[in-house]
Amino acid sequence: MVKIETENKEGVHFIRVSGDIDAGSSIHLDNAFKNAADTGETKIAVDLSQLDYISSAGLGVFVSHLDEFGLKNIRLVLFGIQETVKQVFDILGLGKLINILEKEEEVVTALNE
Amino acid sequence: MSTRLKIRLSFLGALISWLLFSASNIYLLFIESYEMKVQFSNFLPQLFFSGFIISIFIYYRYIITKADTLNFTDLLWKVFITGLITTLISLSIRFFFTVFASSSIVESALTVNFFYNILLGLVIVFMISTLVVWKRLILYQKSKNLLQLWTFFEVALLASLVYDFFDLELLGPKFNIGIVVLFCFSIILVFNLKWIAYLNFKQKWKGILFILLSGIYLYHFFLNLDVFRETGVLVFDLMNRVFIVGLFIFLFLYAAISILVTLFNLPTSSVFERKLKEALDFQKLSQSIPRGQTNDQTYEILLESSMSAVFADAAWLEVHEESGVFQSIRNLKASDIDGIKSKVRSATIKDIMSLNFDRDLNPSKLSDGLKESKFRSIIALPIHVQEKQVGYIVMLNEVSEAFNSEMVNIITTFVNQASISLENLALIKESLENERYKEQLKIAKNVQKSLLPDEINMGNDFEADAFSMAADEVGGDYYDIIQIAPGRFGLIIGDVSGKGTSAAFQMAQMKGVFHSLASQDLSASQFNILANVALSNCLERSSFITATYFNINEAEKTIEFSRAGHCPTLMFFSENNRVSFLESEGMGLGIVRNSDYAKYVESTTLNYKDGDTMLLYTDGITEAKNESGEQFGTERLKNSFTSHARKAPAQIKESIKRDLAGFTGEIDIDDDYTMVVVKFKTNNNG
Repeated sequence: MVKIETENKEGVHFIRVSGDIDAGSSIHLDNAFKNAADTGETKIAVDLSQLDYISSAGLGVFVSHLDEFGLKNIRLVLFGIQETVKQVFDILGLGKLINILEKEEEVVTALNE
Repeated sequence: MSTRLKIRLSFLGALISWLLFSASNIYLLFIESYEMKVQFSNFLPQLFFSGFIISIFIYYRYIITKADTLNFTDLLWKVFITGLITTLISLSIRFFFTVFASSSIVESALTVNFFYNILLGLVIVFMISTLVVWKRLILYQKSKNLLQLWTFFEVALLASLVYDFFDLELLGPKFNIGIVVLFCFSIILVFNLKWIAYLNFKQKWKGILFILLSGIYLYHFFLNLDVFRETGVLVFDLMNRVFIVGLFIFLFLYAAISILVTLFNLPTSSVFERKLKEALDFQKLSQSIPRGQTNDQTYEILLESSMSAVFADAAWLEVHEESGVFQSIRNLKASDIDGIKSKVRSATIKDIMSLNFDRDLNPSKLSDGLKESKFRSIIALPIHVQEKQVGYIVMLNEVSEAFNSEMVNIITTFVNQASISLENLALIKESLENERYKEQLKIAKNVQKSLLPDEINMGNDFEADAFSMAADEVGGDYYDIIQIAPGRFGLIIGDVSGKGTSAAFQMAQMKGVFHSLASQDLSASQFNILANVALSNCLERSSFITATYFNINEAEKTIEFSRAGHCPTLMFFSENNRVSFLESEGMGLGIVRNSDYAKYVESTTLNYKDGDTMLLYTDGITEAKNESGEQFGTERLKNSFTSHARKAPAQIKESIKRDLAGFTGEIDIDDDYTMVVVKFKTNNNG
């Protein structure tokens, strides 16, 4: 099960994810991304500090939005990611495509660079 | 003793006792007329008479079978025929006396007594056979109490035979006591007439006729016996016997009551017949499915049964199915239906006809009158299957207010039964469909199995073993090996994102890509770059494949590998007994779908030595969870591999599987998982 909350703060659209993202629950994250893109957000930060597990289907959600975000000039950062989850991102190579930050405080600066 | 023997013996007994009775009677007559002083009382004739009656009774008990196995009119027919024959003989005796009325021969006491004895035999035969038939009828669907009562009655009859040994006089005080006792029994018994309910209209008329004729025979016998009695010369007068008169009363009473009750039941017999037909129709409906009938046949039975149950003049039924609209019409033109629909005023019926009915059924609102139409009454009922209205049934009658609430209830029952049948049919279809899907998945599973190599143990320098298990019937894990040139092999392990059928299709694509690219003798990173191009064109945007590709070169004893986002391979180095991950930069196939991809992959080359062992695996293993939700993880896998790495590939595989099962316990691994173990052995190399 996954819980997703969104929040706009200091010009950044925060998506806070907690729980597990597997084949069944990945649709919720996908919807959160779609909504953000549709409402014209240009700075998206995903809080993964409460994410315990992500399956390949969940990673597919990030993969599927990369091109679109690139085209629309939407900047995406992840932060607070747990070590085991980060490994999954890194092994797949996503770590090289997505800016992964350690702390929430870094988000605003990173996105305004 | 067999029944046949009993019948013969009782018949013989009856004949002998009658002859003895007659003889003793005539003998008595002689004694009287010649005033001989011989000690010979009335005792003997009465004894033979009793024996005769009992023998006849036993005879008919075996001759007339139980009413349950025979139909009632056949039973009554037997009484009628016996009565007819005996009456005809009795009439001819009367005829004889009428013809010779002036002759002295008929005034002779001998002649009178002789013929009287014959008549007496006939009367007894008829009365006893009728008694047995009445018994069968009375005891139809008997209760314990009734059976007991009947036994008492038979005992009383027997007792009256004994009572008759004391010379009694008709209507004398002692005689009357006996008659009253038998009469009381008769009155209670004659109201057991259950069998009449089971006769249909025609049979009832037949029954009345037969019983009426039997009554007439009885009356005729009574008159005939009385005529003889009046001659005053009878030695043995039947009318002085309590048994005979009591039996007369009983037989007569039952005949009279039967006729009356049958008569009163005549008007209701059609109702009974209709109820029986309803029950049969109902049964037909509920049995229509096991017989493998189709929906259409069930609808036809429903329409037919409903029409006959409510005496409808016309009717139609309409059902909307996936395959189209089914309509069945009786005594109407299809063009009339719209006309009738427009005449309907009741909102409920309108809703039913437009398939908009989703309320609870209110029987009083389902029937209504019609105006300005040939038909004056209408019933409409919705047909539901799996809680959805799929159609309706309409009954029409030319008479106004022809339908009552009971009729509505009957059709409701029919419709409900049909709905159950239809639901069952739908369920059967569904399960057949599921069965077919399962069959298809089984085929898919077999096809996928054939995509994995039968034999991966191809080289001289290495020994390999592999295992793959899908979470569903089919999965997205892939491993394969190909010989590029002598001593050179391409090896791959891959994992399609997601699982199930879509993953399985993409895995098949991966196999195509592997076989076309690996044979081109590319470097490992080049393989991944080209595979990424090929797969980017056919993978869904959210799908990707992780893989690690190996070039094994036996001549140079090298492995060149490139990791496309797949879990790092574990390598056991026999030199120092250590296991480490083969780390390298990499990127999953289909994630970056342009030329930039080349920046993210690299090739690494290393030399292998004897005993070095690789463990290729998919994330199904490292992400397998135990009861507390903890993952098996890379460290546990590394430790497990380290402790088994010296074994042969098949044993390594089995040991790791065992360790994994020990960790997860009862929990099934909800992902595809795959292992390939490759052990190098340079020493054997000749």
